Amino acid sequence: MVEFWATTLAFSILLYVLLDGFDLGVGMLFPFATGETERRRMLAAISPVWDGNETWLVVSAATLFGAFPMVFAILLPAFYLPMFLMLAGLILRGVAFEFRDKTRRFRWLWDAGFVAGSYVAAFIQGVAVGALVQGLPIQNGVYVGGPFGWASPFALLCGAGLCIGYAMIGACWITGKSEGRLRDFGFGVLPKLIAALLLFLVVVFIDALVIDLPVLHRWIERPALFLCPLVGLAAFGVLIRSVYRGDDRFLFLAGAMIFLAAFTTLAASFLPYILPFSLTIQEAAAPLSSLEFLFWGAGLFVLPLTLAYTIAVYFIFRGKIRPEDSYR
Amino acid sequence: MELTPLLLSRIQFAFTISFHIIFPAFTIGLAAWLTFLEGCEIVTGDRVYRRLFDFWLKVFAVAFGLGVVSGIVMAFQFGTNWSELSRRTGAIQGPLLGYESFTAFALEASFFGVLMFGRDRVPRWVYFVSCLMVAAGTSLSSFWIMVNNSWMQAPTGFALRPDGVFVPTDWSAIIFNQAVWTRFPHMMLAAYVTSAFCVAATGAWHILRGSAVHEGRTMLAMGLRLAAILVPIQIGFGHLVGDFVHDAQPAKFAAIEGRWNDEQPASEILIAWPDEKAEANRLEVAVPYLGSLIGSLSLTAKEVGIKSFPPGRRPPVAIPFFAFRIMVGCGLLMLGIAWLGSWLSLSDRILRTRLFLWATFLSFPLGFIATLTGWFTAEVGRQPWVVFGQLRTTDAATPFLTTPQVATSLTIFALVYTLIFSFGSLYVYQLLRAGPIASAAAIPIRTNPKRPFAIPADRPAVVADASSTRE
Ligand code: HDD
Ligand code: HEM
Ligand code: HEM
Repeated sequence: MVEFWATTLAFSILLYVLLDGFDLGVGMLFPFATGETERRRMLAAISPVWDGNETWLVVSAATLFGAFPMVFAILLPAFYLPMFLMLAGLILRGVAFEFRDKTRRFRWLWDAGFVAGSYVAAFIQGVAVGALVQGLPIQNGVYVGGPFGWASPFALLCGAGLCIGYAMIGACWITGKSEGRLRDFGFGVLPKLIAALLLFLVVVFIDALVIDLPVLHRWIERPALFLCPLVGLAAFGVLIRSVYRGDDRFLFLAGAMIFLAAFTTLAASFLPYILPFSLTIQEAAAPLSSLEFLFWGAGLFVLPLTLAYTIAVYFIFRGKIRPEDSYR
Repeated sequence: MELTPLLLSRIQFAFTISFHIIFPAFTIGLAAWLTFLEGCEIVTGDRVYRRLFDFWLKVFAVAFGLGVVSGIVMAFQFGTNWSELSRRTGAIQGPLLGYESFTAFALEASFFGVLMFGRDRVPRWVYFVSCLMVAAGTSLSSFWIMVNNSWMQAPTGFALRPDGVFVPTDWSAIIFNQAVWTRFPHMMLAAYVTSAFCVAATGAWHILRGSAVHEGRTMLAMGLRLAAILVPIQIGFGHLVGDFVHDAQPAKFAAIEGRWNDEQPASEILIAWPDEKAEANRLEVAVPYLGSLIGSLSLTAKEVGIKSFPPGRRPPVAIPFFAFRIMVGCGLLMLGIAWLGSWLSLSDRILRTRLFLWATFLSFPLGFIATLTGWFTAEVGRQPWVVFGQLRTTDAATPFLTTPQVATSLTIFALVYTLIFSFGSLYVYQLLRAGPIASAAAIPIRTNPKRPFAIPADRPAVVADASSTRE
């Protein structure tokens, strides 16, 4: 039961990162698009799905609350300020979809909110990952780090890195979804983003060595973990090849594989911990009666169903965006 | 009063959820209304329903968007500001809120995309089913929220572990809590009544302006007749909810009634100025015997007063007292308007009764006010408990939060919400003002595929006009 919910949690976080990742990325690339037509197309490429994508954030939070309330009660207040900044960012982003078209005079305002919200949300998610990897100051199940206990240079670096990553996968998405100038734009930025991401990975690795991150010891203990980065490298290979050839069929898949590889590497190196190196999954789990209650309805029926209609929605809106779809 | 993190957290929670509830109160009803319109069009083939559908869909989209973004904040606040509550009751509240997001939001959010962008991509029946799913999703999510809140109001089915954690022992007792079966219908009806009045008010407005009279009249009649049926039922459920409070939370009931001392038989205070320092009412207008009649259906029953509870177990009096009266007042007012209007709407007379049309137009906020004041009655009346009788609000907050932290987050929300709320209501206002496409100038939707929902942005004159007429 505990394993089921730990897997579900990991899965929904992964899905969130992949799905909202690309639409946050589109938000970050938004200001660099060539014109209003391209901007509308960019919005059209994500507008039917972004809301569903963000649902996975809520699903992750709810799973955390339902199955691992202790972690919920430690993590959220530890990240108090960044958490609310991220929410404010997501709010500004979310309303921009509805608002920017209802006004001409204030369009700049909602565009600014859309872009800033995307950057802030992505950056903070990256910081949170970084801070977790490094290990939060926790004593006896209580966070003791104060308001800024999460803000280490390493975490901030990870924030910047995730921004690049999301922007890259966003570029993959719009390139695969569009034709003409928007597609050219996508192919134009992809090489730079890929280079930046590779550079980031090198820098972060060096930084990890310098501050002697505890995760690194895990890798030495578990050499099998090196398989994941290898998959990631292969995906980079496919991506670079696709960009080189101007082939947009596998772009998004390759980008997603890179994220998958990074995510699996981290998740696997933390096992059996849920809060790296202070709280294990077993210790954090809710009582069995809660987990079972959640399992017999939500886990067994609703979760597969949700997945099914997530797939259905992507199927309905598959293919290139049509000119008349440009957002409203 | 000192600005402790606890106080700021309470203000923040009350502020953000009050902001949030405005939108669900509207969208739960609108989702059902859209489904109904789509069904009407499929059955009758009358295009007026399609024009109304397209019109309300735009309004729905804005309200739904605001509902989603403000709701996400709510779920997170349980962890950020009320971490002790989360730690101790997470095993119960977590799965309940988990069910909420799993069943409802995924359903809503996914089918919402189809609703907005899928008209010409999916077969007709799939589109109808999507409407149905969005409506079912909003209802389901309210159900779980109400289960959760009802558990906090009347906790059952748990055992307390030595470390203070509430462990669920009987889920059916938690879900089929006696409180849910009156409070959930009361909330759903509140949403339906609120939307019905918004629809009727919009109809009245367009008749008054002479812009889309046929559509306006359809909306007016549909809204008012629906309300004429629902408001009495709502008042009936209000009574049942009151019964529950009377039995389960006597201190809250006494506060609502403004009753300081035990009375036998008890009188019912219509209006007064409760003075918490003097522990007495000023300027009191009361009806003898009515208090016992309402509370216990007898002319002689004893009713408890607030002074029978030790000070540490008393809720504030003034807020529940006034909030309850405002809610009931709104309910009675809506009943009057709905009944009068339904009668008038039987003939064309309603198009000429301008005074009534104005009254209906101005009544659009009544549902929202009643919903908000109802929640204030329920939540403030529950104090000082967060889990009634088990966990105090003071012990539920995150222990290590600092005042600057909470002040910052509260400021962020105040700014962001003010911004999106003022623009959101401006845009809803513009959409409502633009009105449905009137029957004479009916334009087939597909002629301008690029901007099928052309909204005032293309008509800057209207935008300027709209912003200048708004106070
Ligand atoms: C009776 C109705 C009701 C009440 C009392 C509340 N909500 Fe709500 N909420 C809804 C009814 C609703 C809704 C109608 O279902 C919404 C509006 C738009 C939407 O997507 O769902 C919603 C949105 C919404 C979302 C957005 C989810 C998404 O679609 O991504 C979250 C996370 C919450 N709510 C959580 C809460 C919490 C934690 C509440 C109380 C503490 C709360 N809501 C009170
Ligand atoms: C949506 C309409 C709601 C409104 C308008 C509302 C209003 C309020 C108000 C005014 C307070 C502050 C009370 C005080 O501190 O004196 C409060 C507190 C609170 N309410 Fe609600 N409430 C609503 C729904 C809910 C729901 C559905 C839940 C649970 C799922 C809930 C849980 C809480 C919690 C945890 C607090 C903070 C602790 C407390 O002060 O009790 N509320 N709410
Ligand atoms: C006119 C007769 C009415 C009576 C006697 C009545 C009674 C009550 C009572 C006693 C409560 C507190 C419940 C609690 O503490 O748990 C309540 C809550 C509430 N009321 Fe009413 N009500 C009436 C009308 C209305 C109307 C017309 C609306 C909205 C259109 C409304 C909306 C609400 C809401 C949203 C709540 C909070 C949710 C809840 O606690 O169930 N009420 N009502």
